[in-house]
Amino acid sequence: MQVYADNAATTKMSQTAINAMLPYMERIYGNPSSLHSVGQEAAEALQSARETIAKCLNASPNEITFTSGGSEADNQALLSAAWLGLRKGKKHIISTAFEHHAILHTLKRLEKEGFEVQLLDVGPLGNITAQQVADAIREDTCLVTTMYANNEIGSILPIAEIGAVCKEKGVLFHTDAVQAAGHLPIDVKAQNIDMLSLSAHKFHGPKGVGVLYARRGVPLTSLIEGGAQERGKRAGTENIPGIMGMAAALQDACEHMEANAVHVSHLRDRLIEGLSQIPHSALNGDPVNRLPGNVSFCFEGIEGESLLLLLDSKGICASSGSACTSGSLDPSHVLLAIGRPHEVAHGSLRLSLSEWNTDEEIDHILAEVPWVVEYLRNMSPMWKDLISGRKPFIL
Amino acid sequence: MALYTETVMDHFMHPRNVGEIENPDGVGQVGNAKCGDIMKMYLKIKNNIIEDVKFETFGCGSAIASSSMATELIKGKTIEDALAVTNKQVVDALGGLPAHKLHCSVLAEEAIKAAVKDYYDKNGIEYDHSKFPDCAGCEGACCMV
Repeated sequence: MQVYADNAATTKMSQTAINAMLPYMERIYGNPSSLHSVGQEAAEALQSARETIAKCLNASPNEITFTSGGSEADNQALLSAAWLGLRKGKKHIISTAFEHHAILHTLKRLEKEGFEVQLLDVGPLGNITAQQVADAIREDTCLVTTMYANNEIGSILPIAEIGAVCKEKGVLFHTDAVQAAGHLPIDVKAQNIDMLSLSAHKFHGPKGVGVLYARRGVPLTSLIEGGAQERGKRAGTENIPGIMGMAAALQDACEHMEANAVHVSHLRDRLIEGLSQIPHSALNGDPVNRLPGNVSFCFEGIEGESLLLLLDSKGICASSGSACTSGSLDPSHVLLAIGRPHEVAHGSLRLSLSEWNTDEEIDHILAEVPWVVEYLRNMSPMWKDLISGRKPFIL
Repeated sequence: MALYTETVMDHFMHPRNVGEIENPDGVGQVGNAKCGDIMKMYLKIKNNIIEDVKFETFGCGSAIASSSMATELIKGKTIEDALAVTNKQVVDALGGLPAHKLHCSVLAEEAIKAAVKDYYDKNGIEYDHSKFPDCAGCEGACCMV
């Protein structure tokens, strides 16, 4: 049995999205900037996709900029806001310690350019409060950027409250909604969001395409110079098939959001309950306030990559925040940010579900994970130290 | 997974000589939990020959495969031959490791040396200290090459 449980990494494309793309490869392949009818047909499709996506976010079509994905949208949002701040002499940026690297590495770049970046501490359940943001805002704060939901541990941040604080204080608010879009409600007006990033392949759309929403009046700086596409804010011939697939996928996800959430969170809760039975394990993130499809655990005494390899041999596709899966020496910065010690963070497992997962697949995962954990523990000298009492258990 | 060679996957999925030796003649442990890999090697030595060897490893696929391969390379060999095993030999025998996993093979080499050193220490055998890594658990420092 093959079980794909890595939907936070990427999703399988839906037939709806594929069907929406095909005509724009086969027949309507024109360049939207061309004057002829094939080009103009593509231009009309582009406009309709923009309207569809704007509607899903309660935004206006001209507030939507198409990008190559979430990372580009994050980069452009942060750099635009920072350089805007610079012109007003504001160089303080607030974010959190457990953002995606598309945010954290852009902030590092801005630090090198002389900006002061303040990363808010994350609570043990992976939470940030609007009060923390309010307390951190200063006269010279030019941007607050916090994710909507965390990609590794699934905790959901109080975006609307943070947005309200930022609005009251007159500070730009950006949210990286890559994990949330299509899965959690987004209303940029009600949630006071000035800028928002999303990526199509996280909700059964194609890879290589995303959106940067920027409220009217928030000027974007172009990162890619060239033609006048996207109102001069993002040069390059538009990825029409990708954009059409993204619009169809997002519309589909938003229309079925509640039903999907009911099914997926049922599967999630079964996994959480089942995996909690494994001794010396712990759920990462908020047990209640979490993405419908996210399950994240730490198992003491084992290392995540070997866990993934064994699960893969049993047909289960999952991911981990261990150092060995990241290619660096440190385990996931997210798990460290919520206070997991290094040795525990190495033994993490993330299972991320979609509406296409089934109860039978959950049965399979629950049948395999416990013995794989036990098998690895039995060959682990660290586990032996723990069960013999030479070292104290952490979990 | 294409990340690893077939030999690495074979040694990971079916590790050789895994477990513990009761009353070993030498035991060595290297690496640390903070870095995500610990290797422990047990030796049974008779007439200067490594009669039996077993390992326990906390770590990734390549750490487990490197330990397994290292035990195969030294089983039945003289102590001198075991000490001559380099991390490169472990890597070559595995058909290669990804660049960021080479440190696992270094740990395997160090685990052999640490276990022999323990054997020498227990038996009052003189040896050249400079040839052994000063790596009593490697606490505090991640061994990375």
